[in-house]
Amino acid sequence: MDLTVIILFLAIVSLTLVITYYAAKQTKSTGDFYTAGGGLTGWQNGLAIAGDYLSAASFLGIAGMIALQGFDGFFYSIGFLIAYLVVLFLVAEPLRNLGKYTLADMINSRFDARKVRGAAALSTITIVLFYMIAQLVGAGALIQLLFDIPYWVAVLLVGVMMTIYVLFGGMLATSWVQITKAVLLMAGMIIMSFMVLMKFNFNIGAMFTEVKTATSHGEAYLNPGIKYTNPLGTLSLMLALVLGTAGLPHILMRFFTVKDAKTARKSVITATWAIGIFYILILFLGMGAAIFVGESEILAANPGGNMAAPLLAEAIGGNILFAIIAAVAFATILAVVAGLVLSGASAFAHDIYGQIIKKGKITERQQMLAARYAALGVSVLSIILSLGAQYLNVAFLVSLAFCIAASANLPVILYTVYWKKFNTNGAVWALLGGLFSALILVSMSPSVFSPVEGAALFVGKPLFPLDNPALVSVPVGFIAGYLGTIFSKEYDYNRFAEVSVRAHTGYRESK
Amino acid sequence: MAQKKLILVEERREEERRVDFVEIEKSTRFKQFLMRKRKFLVPMTVFFLIFYFTLPVLTSYTTFLNTPAIGDISWVWLFSFSQFVMVWVLSAIYVKKANSFDKEADEIINDYLN
Repeated sequence: MDLTVIILFLAIVSLTLVITYYAAKQTKSTGDFYTAGGGLTGWQNGLAIAGDYLSAASFLGIAGMIALQGFDGFFYSIGFLIAYLVVLFLVAEPLRNLGKYTLADMINSRFDARKVRGAAALSTITIVLFYMIAQLVGAGALIQLLFDIPYWVAVLLVGVMMTIYVLFGGMLATSWVQITKAVLLMAGMIIMSFMVLMKFNFNIGAMFTEVKTATSHGEAYLNPGIKYTNPLGTLSLMLALVLGTAGLPHILMRFFTVKDAKTARKSVITATWAIGIFYILILFLGMGAAIFVGESEILAANPGGNMAAPLLAEAIGGNILFAIIAAVAFATILAVVAGLVLSGASAFAHDIYGQIIKKGKITERQQMLAARYAALGVSVLSIILSLGAQYLNVAFLVSLAFCIAASANLPVILYTVYWKKFNTNGAVWALLGGLFSALILVSMSPSVFSPVEGAALFVGKPLFPLDNPALVSVPVGFIAGYLGTIFSKEYDYNRFAEVSVRAHTGYRESK
Repeated sequence: MAQKKLILVEERREEERRVDFVEIEKSTRFKQFLMRKRKFLVPMTVFFLIFYFTLPVLTSYTTFLNTPAIGDISWVWLFSFSQFVMVWVLSAIYVKKANSFDKEADEIINDYLN
């Protein structure tokens, strides 16, 4: 390990610990712990959303995919960004107006039923665990490559760091780690893109011309169709990407950290700019890696292409830039997993323990204690699962998390705010229908069953043809919610009136 | 001190009782407000979803986007970049519109409470 790498790495770790120390002093109530007291500004929250969203899978994964598969890697960028229009237009403001700490709070503003809260908590926890395992296994593999330490040390390192942030600093520390990471990541991206474009005298056309002959794909590199050859598979993936973000628990939770809908809106705008610019710059990184590092070297470092961005840094900026980018990648991982721990902990401690088991009869002190125990529990559980999953190909877990979010959470959110007849039964059916159809279809998909040994978890013929089942499971979630509603006679207009007025005007008694 | 707190609680209860959500929801003013909101949100959402899905549909079933547009940059790239531009333009339009909705929503609530 290089000395520069170690110094930068330690600098980032100490910076985040200082943040946590100051945040811990300000975290006194449960509201502080889960939502930073709702006191973030639009700018801060926007950057924190970007920091929460732009995971190592985005930074390293998409750069690698573009480097190796050309245009097809860019599909992810587009889907991940357009998703914020769904968030902005349909979800962010009603969510802020109705919810308190969790998605279940928002749905329960209309239905008091504990089974609705339980179903919402179940889908939240499932999404968080899948997403977390994917992040931690990816992080372990990556840090192993970057810093040359064993996998289990890497996973433990990330795991212990994320536990410290969340346990002591709660949402305030998590948010500031995310903001710091977003700024570092954007700065790193801008520096690298600038250096790549400089080699072409800032003529993007010249870069396109050069990349045509740089890879084994030849001219086909610039056209879609290298990775995604199945039209329905492509559409299904694109559907999961665009609708999933609006149902991801750790993203939804970020909207409770601001004081009102207007600030929630501002934060989405900041986030779309940061995320949009990021996804355009990643294109320059991907193509730059294809040209200046070369396909065979990228593949030699990691068959998935995850090392494309750090290798490009080394090729154009030497050891120092490599160290900076490696440190940024590390910060990226920390920020995302901390956000995940917090949303998982809120589902366990607030929804399941506080509201379902204790029926809301719980003191402030007990709540705080439960939140911290839950954070510790979620951390330890995901560390153990990730240590065991080292040799599994877990890349599909992220798209599965998006798929569950789109199929289980999004239908319920939309129905709760916009559909007058929606009822308790419908909410439970939509949540469970979306969740289980996604889970069952994935367990029969080519991501789990492959005739080629080692390509998936099991050897066998997949019963369901698509890697990502969103094309089927999203309609199942919506239809289940509809059927569940019409099969039950329950209809409470008064509650709908209240929810509708609150969601659209932001009215609260304390005003 | 304790008495003061009690009065505050009483006042808040009173206010809660005063807010009749059904009455607001049924008022023509609120209904028109929601209608205007819907007239803005629904067409916009339909538009951006169609615009978005046009890309994978065209790339999956046709190849005409692969023809060069500017030098070696083909139409598929230009169409992809236009998606980014769309996000920024639509979100700017949304903010402008939402600010006017905020005003209207505040008016509805204030008029009702007074």
